[in-house]
Formats: sequence, structure tokens, C-alpha cells
Amino acid sequence: MRYLPLTPDDRAQMLGVIGAATIDDLFADVPAAARKSEPFDLPHHAGELEVERELSGLAGLNRAAGAGPFFCGAGAYRHHVPATVDHIIQRSEFLTSYTPYQPEIAQGTLQVLFEFQTQVAALTGLDVANASMYDGSTACAEAVMMARRVTRRKRAVLSGGLHPHYAATTQTIAHAEGMDIVRQTVAIDAEAAVIEAIDSETACVVVQTPNVFGVATDVTAIAEAAHAAGALLIVVTTEAVSYGLLKSPGEMGADIAVAEGQSIGNALNFGGPYIGLFTCKEKLVRQMPGRLCGETVDADGRRGFVLTLSTREQHIRRDKATSNICTNSGLCALAFTVHLSLLGETGLRQLAAINHAKTQRLAKALAAIPGVEVLTKRYFNEIAIRLPGNATQMVEALLEDGIVAGVPFSRLDPAAGLDDVLLCAATETTLDEDIDAFAQALSRRIG
Amino acid sequence: MTMQTVGRPTRPEDVQPLDSGFASLTGGRGLLQDEALIFERDGWGKTGVDLPAVDAAADDLGDLVRKSPIGLPGLSEPEAMRHYVRLSQKNHAIDLALYPLGSCTMKHNPRLNEKMARLAGFADLHPMAPLPTIQGALTLMDRLSHWLKTLTGMPAVALSPKAGAHGELCGLLAIRAAHEAKGDPRRRVLVPTSAHGTNPATAAFVGYSVTEIAQTDDGRVDLADLEAKLGPDVAAIMVTNPNTCGLFERDIIEIARLTHAAGAYFYCDGANFNAIVGRVRPGDLGVDAMHINLHKTFSTPHGGGGPGAGPVVLSEALAPFAPAPWVVHGPEGLTLVEETVEEAAQAFGRMSAFHGQMGMFVRAYAYMRSHGADGLRQVAEDAVLNANYIKARLSGVMTPAFPEGPCMHEALFDDSWLEGTGVTTLDFAKAMIDEGFHPMTMYFPLVVHGAMLIEPTETESKQELDRFCEALIALATAAKAGDVDRFKGAPYLAPMRRLDETLAARKPRLTWKPEPGVAPAPLAAE
Repeated sequence: MRYLPLTPDDRAQMLGVIGAATIDDLFADVPAAARKSEPFDLPHHAGELEVERELSGLAGLNRAAGAGPFFCGAGAYRHHVPATVDHIIQRSEFLTSYTPYQPEIAQGTLQVLFEFQTQVAALTGLDVANASMYDGSTACAEAVMMARRVTRRKRAVLSGGLHPHYAATTQTIAHAEGMDIVRQTVAIDAEAAVIEAIDSETACVVVQTPNVFGVATDVTAIAEAAHAAGALLIVVTTEAVSYGLLKSPGEMGADIAVAEGQSIGNALNFGGPYIGLFTCKEKLVRQMPGRLCGETVDADGRRGFVLTLSTREQHIRRDKATSNICTNSGLCALAFTVHLSLLGETGLRQLAAINHAKTQRLAKALAAIPGVEVLTKRYFNEIAIRLPGNATQMVEALLEDGIVAGVPFSRLDPAAGLDDVLLCAATETTLDEDIDAFAQALSRRIG
Repeated sequence: MTMQTVGRPTRPEDVQPLDSGFASLTGGRGLLQDEALIFERDGWGKTGVDLPAVDAAADDLGDLVRKSPIGLPGLSEPEAMRHYVRLSQKNHAIDLALYPLGSCTMKHNPRLNEKMARLAGFADLHPMAPLPTIQGALTLMDRLSHWLKTLTGMPAVALSPKAGAHGELCGLLAIRAAHEAKGDPRRRVLVPTSAHGTNPATAAFVGYSVTEIAQTDDGRVDLADLEAKLGPDVAAIMVTNPNTCGLFERDIIEIARLTHAAGAYFYCDGANFNAIVGRVRPGDLGVDAMHINLHKTFSTPHGGGGPGAGPVVLSEALAPFAPAPWVVHGPEGLTLVEETVEEAAQAFGRMSAFHGQMGMFVRAYAYMRSHGADGLRQVAEDAVLNANYIKARLSGVMTPAFPEGPCMHEALFDDSWLEGTGVTTLDFAKAMIDEGFHPMTMYFPLVVHGAMLIEPTETESKQELDRFCEALIALATAAKAGDVDRFKGAPYLAPMRRLDETLAARKPRLTWKPEPGVAPAPLAAE
């Protein structure tokens, strides 16, 4: 077995040093009834070639997003990631290290986290960011629970434009903790409706922009209404590239901003691993979940970085911790930071502009098809369209034309009664020919 | 040095004493450069990507457009490469040396698994792509599930939890849902004093109050205390097995029986499954739910703090409450149950968006297939053998916390052997860095004074184990001989000396901020 260095001789010698006759002696504490001696009904070990063959076979049964015209978004976006990013994250020292609890020999990871936190705070227009969460949806749930700790209120209002998976995740996790989650009726452009639902018991309102239908919203008035009632505004973003074009959550008055950071530096990966971004105003930092990296000095007075404010965390505070999170998305944060360092402000703004321009072209092409209605008026890189029939069936039909047309809204939320709504995204990876082919095929199928 | 030693390894007696008093002029240490933050370079306005020009205007967005500067410097590709490679060199890694963090399972990460996860069919696959285009991914999830269920002897698995603590959350939510379905919502969860911090934190997260169970002198759950604390309001017990002292809970079957007799469920923290994989099935121990850290037992890389994956295996009693999504076999191939539909009426909800950590599933499955059932059993055996070897070799100079009987995959020492030396567990650990090793887990579990928890894993050779043991023996001997400065000032040879964590917490500086009055031009506009 290629991953096991001990030889039979080593094992015999080591048992001698230990003073055990056989390896079974070391498992003596296992009750006899629980010792499994007969072999498992599973294959034996296999060489690299054999494993590679099996997995390549499985990968080949999938259609990669890059195989042809492709318009899926809905919280996961196909972007180009520079080759440098993947090289850096495969460096042994980053890939095979643990959480940086020993800062003297983890300055690489720690300085990256400090850069990451600074970049994320800048993107969202807020003061402090943590060292990452699992993904955007769990960051959203954690933000709602943080709002409870800050306000000591139990009620959270979720906008109808919040990604249904985010709403379900928040409902599952925050409800278990005893919160009262009010999810507003799913609607394409109804962010302002949350204002009516804010009352004196409300801990927070959760608004997504661009929302799950792609609609970009100015949430300033919502922030004002929330603050007037003593509630927090949590702004959710599932497409981090949009920060390069749209006003930041901080500029619009958000107290906490959370986001899915996958779009920067990370592949689609069939939904994970992704990276949750979590930022807030400075005064709320002690209620934040997750790890934080901070600046300090070493014994020689040289600047260095450490994990800090850990009295919020489970390994110190146990059942009084702000969250149970331990392992988060360290390597995905590295990918995010390297990609964003390559982009810089200039590159990010340009990338965002390209995404928006591609989507303008897509919206125009689809709007020109009789029977198709583009529902999203102000968008970043995703639009919702209404088809003359069932969106799932249309996606299946267009697949025969070699086109992956998007995500039927009913797949995210079958109960919403929006079976004719399709979500379509375009990014810098979308070719103009892809858009033309999609529009032609759709037109033909409808006609 | 005589001529004959040229080309031979340096012998310990050849090494010159520390501290020649030399300092470089620039602050660099040989090839280890002092590396400024990206914000402290001249990268404002710079970019390391070439993107096409855009002619369309965003006039449809009106006042939604961001006008103020974001505050992001850029780097050209060579600068970015050099910056991050320099930073990387300030990290310790498994690929450099033994990384004996108890409870964390720092084992070799096969690169085949990295290669497989990057196949376009997995990496460039959208989670909401149409079902006919994701059959390979669903097949892989199905096969991974089969392996996990078979190895644990459990009937069901929820793949979606994203790490160990997220798996704990999933398990406790299933338990809570099961009690609620019986109209018997319970309020308390029992957790041993030696538990991982995530256990009580998760229980509290789910709205339970936490009661601690005492530990016996031989490092196991105190059955009498457990029996006394079980009652009609107890929802579950959370036990790590092998436990955090590195010991197998001998009475585990009795613990399960008592728990079930009280109408509670048995949650097993599976962080240490690597010690028993292929030899013991948790299902045979009476477990109702257990998370499996794919980044521990099945070797997906830790990545400096994640990502991990924490699938949860479930008993018959809990399986109906498993969260969406899961894979089912249908007439037209595999399909996903993604929402609380009829066949999933009891599912407790959703752990996160999409379907879990696919990238980790691919790596873990490649690891399982490479080892096979036979190799996985050997993994457990070698992990346990290596830990016992370390325990045996170090027992002469250090004090094992539980000297009687074998340990499992990790060896636990207390600090009684350091008494009177003036050296603490922390000092000793920092001195290990100067000898080229990552410290062991310190001050955990909390039940052992000055705990030092050493987990070598099965991927260490005897030669590396010996090198490690000899270094620790030399350090222990030095501590007892009164060579205190070696420890108090340690580390001396790391990229940094000991860092002031108190200062960091007292005056938190969590982001870079421009010095007042010398802000870079692009930020000055703000």
C-alpha cells in the first residue's frame, strides 16, 4: 500500500518496543462483540492507474459547464480563475498545514488571512471581516443568530428575494436555536416589503442584492427603517464579483454583510467547497462567529499575525461560544485572496463590467423572443425570465440542442408557484455566440 | 570538521551553539524574506489579469453603481507568485515533517486525490445543472455513501454537512426532530468533560442545555455519573470514541444501552474514527448518529483551516429525519431529492445551499478506493501502532496521563514530569519548533493537567518516528537539566519569535488601514 511507510519488520520491531505480542493486543479495549474480524464487502486496495480510470469514468459522465453554451447561476457562478491561483493553493505549505494555532510557524497562512479580511471588508464596505465561513448560506444563518445576540430579540424577517436554499438553511439552523423566522412571500422585486414587517421585536431583516432573481436593489431605506426600530440589516450577496460594479452593503447602511465568495478564485465544484464571507461593523465584532486574524508583534518586536479574540470561540468558550464553527474554508480564502490580488481594483471593476455587459446582451436577445418576458430590470449578471410554459421542460428540451439554459426557479423552490420562471446568468466566460445560439434555440422551441 | 565528513549528514555534535549575534541589514533571514502586505506595495491601480475592453455602459443601473474607491491593490503575475510563495515558506506543513497535532489527524495528502478533484467533470460542474448532465457526480456520491455506510455499519448517511462541527449540528438536529416527532421534546444533552469544544457549543446552538459527565481515573466516561444524570429530559449523549484522551471507551456498549433505556439518542463524535476504521463498526456499538471528518480519517487536505467535510451516518431511528438533499435511484438513473417533498416529509430541513462538499467527496472516495477495505484496516492498525510506539519510547522521560494499557491513535502525556523545571507545556511545545517539529496539541483535553496530545498518524515511517522521539527525549532531558532559556525564549529559529497574543486581543487590529496622512492616492479620495 503506497501510502503506508511501515514494513512488516518495522511493525514487529515496534511491537517489541511496546511490549505487545500482536497488533490485536493494542485493540484489547474494544469489546469482543464489536471487533470486526471478517473482511468488509468492499474492494481491495487499488493502484493510481485503476483509481484514476474509475474516477475519470465518472467525471466523463458529467457535462462540464465549459463543454458548451451554459447559463446556470442561482448562487454559483462560472468564472475564469487564473492558473496562478491553483498553483499557489497547491503549495504544500498552504495545502497541507493545519489551522494556524502556532503562529511562529504559520505566518504564511496568517498573513494571507489578514489580507483576506482586509479585502473582504473593503469589498463589502464594512469594518471587519472574519477568516471565512463554510459558504454563503451558512454565513447567512450565522448572521441571523448574531443579530439575536446583539439585539437580544428573537424575530428575523427574510426577504422574499432571498435564495431559497439560504432561507431554508437559516430557517433550519436559527429556528433550532429558538428564533422566530418570518420568510416573506417569494416575489421577484419586493425587497421594500420587509419594511412593513419590521416591529419592535425584530432582531434583523435579511435582504439579498442582487437577489435570487438577479434584481439589484438599493437597500438604504430598508437600513433606515431597520435602525429606527432597533433592528439590524443583514445584506446577502451570492455573486461576489458584483461588488466590483454595485454599491457596497456598507455604503447602503448594512450592519452585517454576508456573501458567497466562490466566484472569486474558486471553481464550481458541484456546490462545494465554497467560501462564506462575513463582515460587520466594528462595534459588533465581539459577537462575530468564526476565526479572526489580528496584528501583533513577536518577542523581537517584529510585526506578525495571530488568531485573536478567540474567547468567542468553541474551543475556549464551549457552550457559551458565539458559534460551533471550527474548520472553515481556509484554502478557499487563499484562492479568493490570490485571485483578488491579481485582479486588483482595476481588474475587478473591469471583470464586473464585462459580466454586466454580457448579461445586457443576453437580456436583450431573450427579450426579443415573442412569448419571453425578462422580469429582472436592474441586474448584475443574472436575470429571471418568464417562459410561455414550464421552465424545467424547456431546460430539458434545450439540452437536446446542446444548451444548458439556466436554473428553473421551481428547482430551488417548488412551492413558490413560479414553474415558468427560468434564471439565466452570463459571465466573462460566456461567448456572444453562446448567447445567440441560446436565443435561436429558445425561439425555435417556443415558436 | 575533518575531510571525511564532507558529503555526510551533520552529526549533532558538529552543530555550533545558538546565537552568533548576527543580524542581517534588511531584516531578511537568508532565503526567508520579510514580506510586506499587498496593501503596503505600490499596486494601487495595477492588475495581473488581461481582460477585454468593455464598450457597453452600465447606465441601466443608475445610482446603484459603486462610485467610491473599493481599496484593492493589484499585483502583476510575477509579483503575486513571489508574494504568496514567500509567504508559504513561513508555514510548517505535513509535507515537511511529522505534524503531531492530537485530535487533528495530520496525515499525508495523496496528490492523486487533488488531480481527481480537478477533473473538469467534477470541478467545472454546476450544482444546479440539469440531472442528465450530473449522473457521474451522483454516482460518486452514491458510491461514497455506500463505503461510509459499510465501514460504519450504519443504514443511512447525510452527506451535506461541511465540516465536523456542521456534522454535529446535523446529528443533533436529527435527534431533536426525532424527539419532537414523538411529542417528547427534551432539553438536555450530556457531554463528557473531555469532549471537543464543538460538542457543547453545538448542543447549545441547537437550544439544548449541557450537562457534563465526569470521567474515571482511567480516562473513560464514569458510568455511575452517567446513570445518575440520565433522565426523561435528556435528549442525547455526545461521546467521542476513541475519546480525546486517545482511549477506547471500554463500556461503550453499556453506555449505549443506558442511553437508549432512558429514551435518549447516542451521538458519537467521529473525529477519531481513523483509529478504528476497518476494525470496528460504530453501528455495532449502538451509535445513532456519527459525523465523519473526511479531512481527518479520509485525508482530504486541511488547507490551513479547511475546507473539510462532515457527513453524518444515521441509525434506522434517525434516518427519516435526514436533511435534504440525498441521492435516489430512479427509473431514468440517479436523481436528487432536494426539497421537503412527500417522500421526505420528516426531513428536518437543510444544512446549507446545494449538496455538500463535492470536492472533498472526490478526494475521500479516491483515498478509499486506493486503500481498499484491506488498506483502511491497515491504516487503523498502523496509526495505533505508531502512537503506542511513541508512548513507549517517551514514557522514560515524560509522564503518560494514562500509563496502564494501550492507547489508540494518540498518546497523551501530562506535565507532571515538568514539575520544578520552570518549563511549561507551552514552552516545551515552542522548543519543539526549533527542532523542526510542529508542536503537539496542548492543554487539551482539559481533564489532564498541562496536556500534550501526540497523534503521529499511520503515514509516518519508523525513521521519522525515531527522529521525533529522539528530539523530544533530548528536549525533555534539557528541561530537566535546567536549560530553561532554551524553552522560555523558544522558538529561536522559526520565521518569527513568540508572538504577543495578549496584545492582539487587547487592541484588535483586524484589517490593514492606511497610516493617517500618508494614504495611497486611490484611497485618499475617500
